[in-house]
Amino acid sequence: MDSGRQQSRTYLGVPLFRPRVGFFELSSCEGCQLQLLNNEATLLDFLSLVEVVNFREAMKERSEDYEIAFVEGSVTREDEIERLRKIRENAGILVAFGSCACFGGVNQLKNRFSLDWVKNEVYGNSPIKTDFVRPLEAVVKVDLKIFGCPVKKEEVEKIITHIALGQEVVHHKYPVCMECKANENVCLFDIGEPCLGPVTRGGCDSWCPTNRAGCWGCRGPAEDANLEQMEKIMKENGFSPDTILDRIECFGGFSVYAEKLRKDLGDSR
Amino acid sequence: MIFKVFAKEELRSFFDTLASSNKVVGPVGIGKDRHGDTLFAFEDVDRFGDLRLDYTTTRLPAKRFFLPFRESMASFSLEKGDWKKDISYNIDRPHIFFGLHPCDINALNKLDKVLLGSAYPMPYYAVKRKNMFIIGIDCTPQPYCFCRSMGSDTALHGFDMFLTDLGDRYFVEILSDSAYNLLKNIRTSDPVEGDHVHYMKVVSEKTRKFVTRVDTTDLTKILDMEFQSDVWKQWGDRCLGCGTCANVCPTCYCYNVDESVDISLQRATKDKMLYSCTVIDFAQVAGGHNFRPERHSRLKYRYYHKHRGFVEAYEESLCVGCGRCGESCLAGITVPEVIASVRGEEV
Repeated sequence: MDSGRQQSRTYLGVPLFRPRVGFFELSSCEGCQLQLLNNEATLLDFLSLVEVVNFREAMKERSEDYEIAFVEGSVTREDEIERLRKIRENAGILVAFGSCACFGGVNQLKNRFSLDWVKNEVYGNSPIKTDFVRPLEAVVKVDLKIFGCPVKKEEVEKIITHIALGQEVVHHKYPVCMECKANENVCLFDIGEPCLGPVTRGGCDSWCPTNRAGCWGCRGPAEDANLEQMEKIMKENGFSPDTILDRIECFGGFSVYAEKLRKDLGDSR
Repeated sequence: MIFKVFAKEELRSFFDTLASSNKVVGPVGIGKDRHGDTLFAFEDVDRFGDLRLDYTTTRLPAKRFFLPFRESMASFSLEKGDWKKDISYNIDRPHIFFGLHPCDINALNKLDKVLLGSAYPMPYYAVKRKNMFIIGIDCTPQPYCFCRSMGSDTALHGFDMFLTDLGDRYFVEILSDSAYNLLKNIRTSDPVEGDHVHYMKVVSEKTRKFVTRVDTTDLTKILDMEFQSDVWKQWGDRCLGCGTCANVCPTCYCYNVDESVDISLQRATKDKMLYSCTVIDFAQVAGGHNFRPERHSRLKYRYYHKHRGFVEAYEESLCVGCGRCGESCLAGITVPEVIASVRGEEV
């Protein structure tokens, strides 16, 4: 890396690599980027670790000279493919930032319908170019995924700190239940609410269940998630196949399993 | 052991005496489940009226007060080119535990063996454990309770005083000086023959109420023989690997340690989080190798630790039969059923 560049920080006497980073968005609500900007208490610390050279939501300046690209959103149009390929060429490290970038996110719900129907339902007679929704890795190589809808700012900060210190970035492999229990919550199944916590990757600190809202799986599957058992549990607790499918396919993280489930249910629906 | 009896209404003033200058933890109702049954939890209690001494079982054990789910072990700060380490044992005053059932008292006794009795006692636990005053209370066996099979239906030690409900009176066993002295604040009397008879009647009635049993005869040997049994695979297929069984267990103490540097780069912390042997990366080591990548092997080792390894080391099981794990397991995996299946019994 460019060692002659401005090095504003040291840690234990060692100068730190301060990467040039860009933030970009494809089809998305830009809420993940907003999460970062909202973290006012630590924003200056964040900016001292990275040099932001491109961040449309936050600044006027634009530069194509960056080492790490954080890309929010999913790929839904031809021109986005072009943009994404360009970003990939420029960036040493490409980060899929949030559930849309990692899995297609809420956007991919439209993949269940015909494109004509979708276009007509949303835009009526106005002409619009849109295609089926794909995650970033369907188009380019992704080096790191940051899960969540939206991403959790504390987790993003931890990842940035790890990058600055040259430490490995490791995601939690366990499901949301681990953090939910640590937060001493009443299990939502006990009060009759469906929840995907047992199969969804932790790291969110059980954000939704702590607020008595069942998990919808925005962070995708935990490693070794037992989806067959999850489906049985949902049924045993009296939740309809549609309730299960709605949750499983909401963010796209469980797409393979959701497709199978949809097929299994096909005849009975 | 010293026995006393006192009228039930005396307990309120006893509580007030303790609560006036101490932090009291006890069972309270925290809402209803979907069947309309009360959910209980151990919480800080300020008013005697909030206590639910008639509680069944709390969903989570009291261990969060002496083995918190998350605890900072040390924090570091950088100052003028140097660094400073701070250690806190995260307790500022003694805790009174008002109404622990025998299973939870026995759980503490088991934890003591591991966390206090070893060559390297754990100070974070010891400081909290040595600053406890425990009032035990008798219970009504629930359908999922199998404490009697684990020898944990009565507590012989590990408490300061233990209450048994005799209708209009409490029968109290006194084990510590502090309990004896504190009880001087209320009106107690020596039990008479009738109280002894009444006590024994209550105990034998309780014993008859157990419906769930675990056969522990030769269990360490049977577990050795059945290491390759297909039943482990069957239970493993059901297991979610979510870690809930360990998190709700009053005797599970395993933890993970995480070191993190604050984004300001001026501070760092070393944090402990209770972990579970059923979670995917529990047995993953440096370099990435995972000794137990399959759910059934992780579930099996949970049983082997509790019902075999611990028994060989301490001559007792690391299970008190409270039934919390089975009650909380969404997949319906219960200790009595798993053990019975390993023994080749009909489940």
